[in-house]
Amino acid sequence: MSVPTSQFEETGVPRVPVGDGIEAVFDWVNENLGAFFDLVSDAVSGATETLADVLNAPTPLILVVLFAALAWLVKNWKFGVVSFIGLAFIISVDQWENAMTTLALVLVATVIALVIAVPLGLAAARSDSVSNAVRPVMDLMQTMPAFVWLVPMVTLFSIGVGPGVVATIIFALPPGVRLTELGIRQVDAEVVEAGHAFGSSPGQILRGIQLPLALPTIMAGVNQVIMLALSMAVIAGLVGAGGLGGAVTSSISQLDIGLGFEAGLSVVALAIYLDRTTAAVGGGAATRARRISGALGRILGRSGTTAAPVPAGSRT
Amino acid sequence: MPMIQSHEIFKIFGNKPERGVERLRSGATRDDLRKDGLTPAVMDASFDVGEGEIFVVMGLSGSGKSTLIRMVNGLLMPTAGSMSVAGEDITRLRGKDLRRVRREKVSMVFQHFALLPHRTVGENAAYGLKVQGLNRSEREKKADVALQLVGLEGWGGSLPGELSGGMRQRVGLARALAAETDVMLMDEAFSALDPLIRREMQDQLVDLQHQLGKTILFITHDLNEAMRLGDRIAMMRDGRIVQIGTTEQILNDPANDYVAQFVQDVDRTRVLTASAIMEAPVALLGSEQGPRAAHRLLRENQLSSLMVVGRDKTLHGIVHEHEVAEAVQQGTDDLDGVLRSATTVRLDTTLSDLISAAAESPAALAVVDEHGKLRGVVPRVTLLNALGDPTTVVEHVGPEQKVMA
Repeated sequence: MSVPTSQFEETGVPRVPVGDGIEAVFDWVNENLGAFFDLVSDAVSGATETLADVLNAPTPLILVVLFAALAWLVKNWKFGVVSFIGLAFIISVDQWENAMTTLALVLVATVIALVIAVPLGLAAARSDSVSNAVRPVMDLMQTMPAFVWLVPMVTLFSIGVGPGVVATIIFALPPGVRLTELGIRQVDAEVVEAGHAFGSSPGQILRGIQLPLALPTIMAGVNQVIMLALSMAVIAGLVGAGGLGGAVTSSISQLDIGLGFEAGLSVVALAIYLDRTTAAVGGGAATRARRISGALGRILGRSGTTAAPVPAGSRT
Repeated sequence: MPMIQSHEIFKIFGNKPERGVERLRSGATRDDLRKDGLTPAVMDASFDVGEGEIFVVMGLSGSGKSTLIRMVNGLLMPTAGSMSVAGEDITRLRGKDLRRVRREKVSMVFQHFALLPHRTVGENAAYGLKVQGLNRSEREKKADVALQLVGLEGWGGSLPGELSGGMRQRVGLARALAAETDVMLMDEAFSALDPLIRREMQDQLVDLQHQLGKTILFITHDLNEAMRLGDRIAMMRDGRIVQIGTTEQILNDPANDYVAQFVQDVDRTRVLTASAIMEAPVALLGSEQGPRAAHRLLRENQLSSLMVVGRDKTLHGIVHEHEVAEAVQQGTDDLDGVLRSATTVRLDTTLSDLISAAAESPAALAVVDEHGKLRGVVPRVTLLNALGDPTTVVEHVGPEQKVMA
């Protein structure tokens, strides 16, 4: 990129060669760490493709029934029916294989994103300086237009599933970090203090108090990570990640309105299913854990106490 | 040896707080330090809490009492001074050692209960035991005992959210009791409860303390609560302890205007006890003496009745002037015919209860201890004086000072 000398005279602001700098950085990284990125690419694309193969192995309808049953289990029978209809629709428009490829990509990206995000969120919740350092990075990752991440990914990983997964991780990571930090920081300080007062170690407080009480918020973060991963997974079709994104991309290049909508509606069906399922798991996790542990205690009668005269399912 | 020993404790918040301590010692005020970005929360606090004592730290919000209590178990580390609990110097302990002291020596009850909402009442009560590393069955056994002590038998399987505020704080109390520490810290433990429940909890705490002999450091902003619970009270203001004393000492001899202003609204009839206002009897009749001796004593001292005691000061009863006069006229030699039962009260009977007792008895009230020995008397006039003008309340009146009747 040439630097026009006239710019300073026109605007009074000198040209800062940001683009050149970033390009140089990526070139350097690519030249020196190329082998490492190839390894990462192979690993994530290997995992994604294996998972996609697994998801595509059984007859689609059987899998749809299983997914619908899961929806029924975590929420209610109505949602089970809606899930069945939505997922069966994907089969009917012949996008099932693509949908499973996309689902595999979303799941792999989500798992990796959470493995990074949750510990980072915990660290940020514990230390203000970590929090201050992490926040602008998260802002950058989240607000940078999604497409922009694809270009350097292609430079580093070339075309394929690998760059798609990595770009998806970058885009989907921030809410996982933010909501983990928020959840931990929101835990009643007095309860944490009680943990200290009775001699708990920081680890015991984290496991026994902070994580359980922050769980609903962390699960909201997981839900957000999955939804962002799905939206990015479709965009990742542009770099050859395949799946529904690939179908959307080819519909654009061929101006195929029909294919575009069929793939698009399949994304919608998959999104609704993933969103409602994870939201139900997240929102109910704490309540259910309480109810189960309470019920177990009563059934086993180990504590030798009789249950309080309160309906078992009452929410608090 | 005191269970809690606080020696010249300072806590200053801010950057490099140590520099504030010297300045405070050499006479700088709180506001001087504030200008430098330092916030002194507790200044030069020294006090001892004896074994089995309920020691109340009383102060308004911002007086530093919450900071003070948190330095007792090391939740906050003092900037200067030393703090020892059950023989352990908290200020020298860190990490593992500090956690051991918290597990074994000192437990805590919190203002807003601080229970784990996702754990049952039983699991909450057993929290300290779990941290101590006890196995499940032992934990449950001890937690059950603690729940029983606080009157929550049978609630072990419920969740805290299903309980009322008072019951939740009983769980908090059970959690502290279950840990079986000698020292209990209570941070505004009853302040979040409504008045009736609060009263009930206070009575229960006193009962438990008698039963278990715990050493309790209790923080409150409610003077009535302080006086009802505290064996001794430390009054705090702006980070400093301004007076330490028993309820009576603080009521009758306030150290400064601040304390005096504070105590002027106290309902004295509910706080002062018979021991604070009773007087030494002007004259006593030995149980072996006869009506003639009684008659002479009554006349000499211008009394209308006399307490009759044995050699060991055990109260036998009371004789009244008109009956003694009759007996003397009839020439009776012993007291059997004239000895009446006296109206007795205990040392810790409050003024309000003395009033109703006095209403039933024409003569002075006899104050006896748990062995039935006479410790003093409360004539009606004394009782009225105690109710009226605080300055007339005297703790001790010698026999030579006659009571005007």
